[in-house]
Amino acid sequence: MSASEPLPSPGDATTVASSGLRSLATFVLRLVGAIAIPLFGFAAMWAAVEYLRDENANRILVVIVAVVVGVGGIFALYVVMNKAIDVLPLRYRESVRPWIFVGPALVLLGLFLVYPLVNTIFISLKDQYSEAFVGLDNYTFVFTDESMLRAIRNTVGWMVIVPLAAVSLGLAFATLADRLRRGEAVAKSVIFLPMAISFAGASITWRLIYNFRPQGFGSNIGLLNGVMIGFGQNPVDWLSQHPWNNLYLMVIMIWMQTGFAMVVLSAAIKAIPDEIIEAARIDGASEWQVFRRVMVPTILPTIVVVTTYMVINALKVFDIVFVMGNAQSNGTEVIAERMIYWFFIGANYGRGAAIAVVLFVAVIPVMIWNVRRFREEESIR
Amino acid sequence: MSLAQTGDAQATAPPLVVESGNVGDVRSGGWSVRIAIVVVAALWLVPTLGVLITSFRGADAVNTTGWWTVFAHPLQAGQWTLQNYDTALHQGLGNAFLNSVAVTVPATVIPITIAAFAAYAFAWMDFRGRYILFVVVVGLLVVPLQMALIPLLKLYANGGILFGHWVFPDLDLNGTFLGVWLAHAGFGLPLAIYLLRNYIGSLPSSIIESAKMDGADHFTIFWRLIVPLSVPALAAFAIFQFLWVWNDLLVAYVFLGGTKDVQVLTLALAALNGSHGQTWHLLTAAAFISMVVPLIVFFSLQKYFVRGLTAGSVKG
Repeated sequence: MSASEPLPSPGDATTVASSGLRSLATFVLRLVGAIAIPLFGFAAMWAAVEYLRDENANRILVVIVAVVVGVGGIFALYVVMNKAIDVLPLRYRESVRPWIFVGPALVLLGLFLVYPLVNTIFISLKDQYSEAFVGLDNYTFVFTDESMLRAIRNTVGWMVIVPLAAVSLGLAFATLADRLRRGEAVAKSVIFLPMAISFAGASITWRLIYNFRPQGFGSNIGLLNGVMIGFGQNPVDWLSQHPWNNLYLMVIMIWMQTGFAMVVLSAAIKAIPDEIIEAARIDGASEWQVFRRVMVPTILPTIVVVTTYMVINALKVFDIVFVMGNAQSNGTEVIAERMIYWFFIGANYGRGAAIAVVLFVAVIPVMIWNVRRFREEESIR
Repeated sequence: MSLAQTGDAQATAPPLVVESGNVGDVRSGGWSVRIAIVVVAALWLVPTLGVLITSFRGADAVNTTGWWTVFAHPLQAGQWTLQNYDTALHQGLGNAFLNSVAVTVPATVIPITIAAFAAYAFAWMDFRGRYILFVVVVGLLVVPLQMALIPLLKLYANGGILFGHWVFPDLDLNGTFLGVWLAHAGFGLPLAIYLLRNYIGSLPSSIIESAKMDGADHFTIFWRLIVPLSVPALAAFAIFQFLWVWNDLLVAYVFLGGTKDVQVLTLALAALNGSHGQTWHLLTAAAFISMVVPLIVFFSLQKYFVRGLTAGSVKG
């Protein structure tokens, strides 16, 4: 710090030596601003959180302290950083300030996404205790284990069927609801409602539908089996009917995600200028043709974005499979579920990490596509 | 009464364009459209309805008859009870509810604040590496958070060591609220920065220029100008993140754990799900308690949710 203390006066700022010194000082200040100050802030928050560990403290008080510390802490962080900048000599301020603005974001992204990414790759090359390197053994396991192969096949099924169903249903519903004179908002809210429910809640919801009790174990209180019995059929243990049980689980995700597709697509449909649609109608196009030839092509970019989002969500699906019975004995394994299984139940970090890396490699194409699309958009701007 | 209402509704309905045949029916939202929508909406409601009804029935009734049988005699008062909610709340669900609040509120505010500052910098400030860094953020949008869990657990427990160099101190963050807040913030950041930058970047540059001319610095512009103008986008992401954190099971399970004093609602629900396999009356009551807050948040703010979400994705 002392090196930058005797700062050159504005008069001789043009000399080469001092400009070199200045860029060095700017660099150091940026580094301090972007990394040290956020870390200091987090450390301060951590100290406050120590209090929250006290098990005997009043719970409501703990909640209030938690909210105040969390919310207040983050605001205080930026205000203090900004004040700290204003102490700097004028010419440093504006070159340092952007790094104050993005610094905390970069620290968090680095710590919570980039660092784990690198670390996971290392772990995937080591044994189950992360001690010795085992080469590609864990990857061999991923692509030869029977249960893993089934998980990969199932996941591909999820990635195809769920987006297809959710987007088509969402699009159909958005198109039709758009034509209602009244009740559009209510109808859409009903479809959207499951989005607000947790997977844990949804699993209970759907267990009430798929519930099965064999003869002699009480009456069947699951809705589907109620229907079966109503039609004089025998009740079915839906969730162990391989391979159809995969489909039954997908229905849950479709139920939860259709609302999202519908909301976004509906907004896109409403953004289509009325003249375009009217023109097509005047030209004698049927309603189906208007939909197929005018509306769908116009909102195609949105459809693609929504579908991509759903494909990635389906790739990462975990909770539904995890809570709806024993995946391995039912044959409903998916990749993310296997990963959690090996991390926390099978206690084999190497295998879990290898599965995680496979998951990551699978999203790389989408990542590249995303970046490309972003650059194209930027070049149009 | 009901007759008068129907009469009223018909009287206020706008005069229909005289259309005959199926095509006009579809276009103007005729009966076929209405029936299709009612059928789909009813199908979508059935699962939730089952939970709601079951949660108000007695334990014996729930276990011996299907929930749909109540429709045979819906007015028989004896079959409805509030006992399930009372029991569920006294089995630690009240505590879990408070923990969920303590996790969710900061885990929503922290990423939004951090992302808003970063989004502003990416949109309106000049600095080297701005483009590349944002491209990295776009790339991180799709990274599965599952792959971060183990490294982060180790980081929280032992500090971070990368290539033999110490990069993060041992803070013993496992099982603390701060640990969960930061994890949720980190995982939510790419989407937050991306959405907010799209929104903030689309604000007219003339406002920012004129504020600069008036001598406002970036902090003032951001705080006084950009934040108020970005309320729709901020609210949209807030709802998104709130729902996500409130409903999250995985991150809370890994970083906060299932001990009674800190467990959140979803974990309490999962525990209840496991330990009382057949206590449907309690499970459904607990499930509905966990749904109340997200439903309120969602329905009171859904206007913002839709507007802000579509601001970024539906361009042009």
